[in-house]
Amino acid sequence: MNIIIVGGGKEVHFLTKSFLSKGYRVTIINKDEEYCKKLARIHERANIVHGDGTKPYILEDSGAAYSQMVIALTSNDPDNLVICQVAEKMFKVIKTFAIVNDPRNIEIFKKLGVDTVISTANIISSLIEQKIAVDDITNLIPIEEGKVSIMEIEISKGYPVVGNILSDIAFPKEAVVGCIMRNGIAVIPRGNTEVKEEDKLIILSLPNVQSAVLRVIRGRTD
Amino acid sequence: MKKNNDEYIIIVGCGRLGSHLASLLSKTRRSVVVIDKEQHAFHRLSDDFSGFTIEADAIEIDTLLEAKINKADVLVATTNDDNTNIMVAQIAKTIYGVPKVVARLFEPSRKIVYEELDVETISPTVLSSIAFKNIIVGSEMED
Repeated sequence: MNIIIVGGGKEVHFLTKSFLSKGYRVTIINKDEEYCKKLARIHERANIVHGDGTKPYILEDSGAAYSQMVIALTSNDPDNLVICQVAEKMFKVIKTFAIVNDPRNIEIFKKLGVDTVISTANIISSLIEQKIAVDDITNLIPIEEGKVSIMEIEISKGYPVVGNILSDIAFPKEAVVGCIMRNGIAVIPRGNTEVKEEDKLIILSLPNVQSAVLRVIRGRTD
Repeated sequence: MKKNNDEYIIIVGCGRLGSHLASLLSKTRRSVVVIDKEQHAFHRLSDDFSGFTIEADAIEIDTLLEAKINKADVLVATTNDDNTNIMVAQIAKTIYGVPKVVARLFEPSRKIVYEELDVETISPTVLSSIAFKNIIVGSEMED
């Protein structure tokens, strides 16, 4: 597989190393000549192209027509959008990825046809917020940029749900207990499964009901 | 059909082109709103400019909503960055359905992509080279 990465920074090094080790062919495009020389020294097996990756002829020189994937990692959102669109429309690249720096651009990028939009700021800030808000959540994984999330909640002594069966617990409709970890064993729960102390509930829910779910389980929100 | 003079026009970028265009359109009694990131850019507008100005970044959706993009008849993107123009133009066309969208592109090679999206583009490089050619050899008809 041929992959083109446009941009710079730590992510580029990491992705390049990882792709090369999997046997993919990687081409990196960057505007800064000195940085390109550095990239060429570090990643001997990657092709490095010096130029503006939003220009069709630079993408052409980088072999966009023979690439299966283009990843836009620059710090400028409009540039990332144009890179993905030119790759897709002029060179028929199948998969295009863009990082957005302003999380409010996620929706815009999707509406304008970029396949996969990643907002690091969004993912990190939502993770941090959730972690700070509740220490009983031992793990939280946002899926599809946080449209839905999986959280893992440990049941402590004195929680109102202890001893209740799942069908009696008034969870919001937008949340479901997918699994219970009990003494290291995964239990797939049914309506008549009883919640016990030290259980870890693995809950799939929409972000807007997360705090309601916690309130039900813990009897408080703080 | 609306009368032409009721048209509501948003101009993004108050550089030499944007400010001049805004002043010209304002003189024809169109309602004009100009958006630019820098307050000092609005000094370029002529004294009789009667439209509104918004100091903000136009690729932020809140800015375009403040400019009432959903009511605009025309949006013109004239910032000095091609990609910003392209992005703003597409937001206007694809998301808010603005009937007429024109973007300035310095780099003509990207033009094909954006014609496909029904965004009109104007390239100063192409326009001036045609004008120069016409001065030099006259406007002969040839392909």
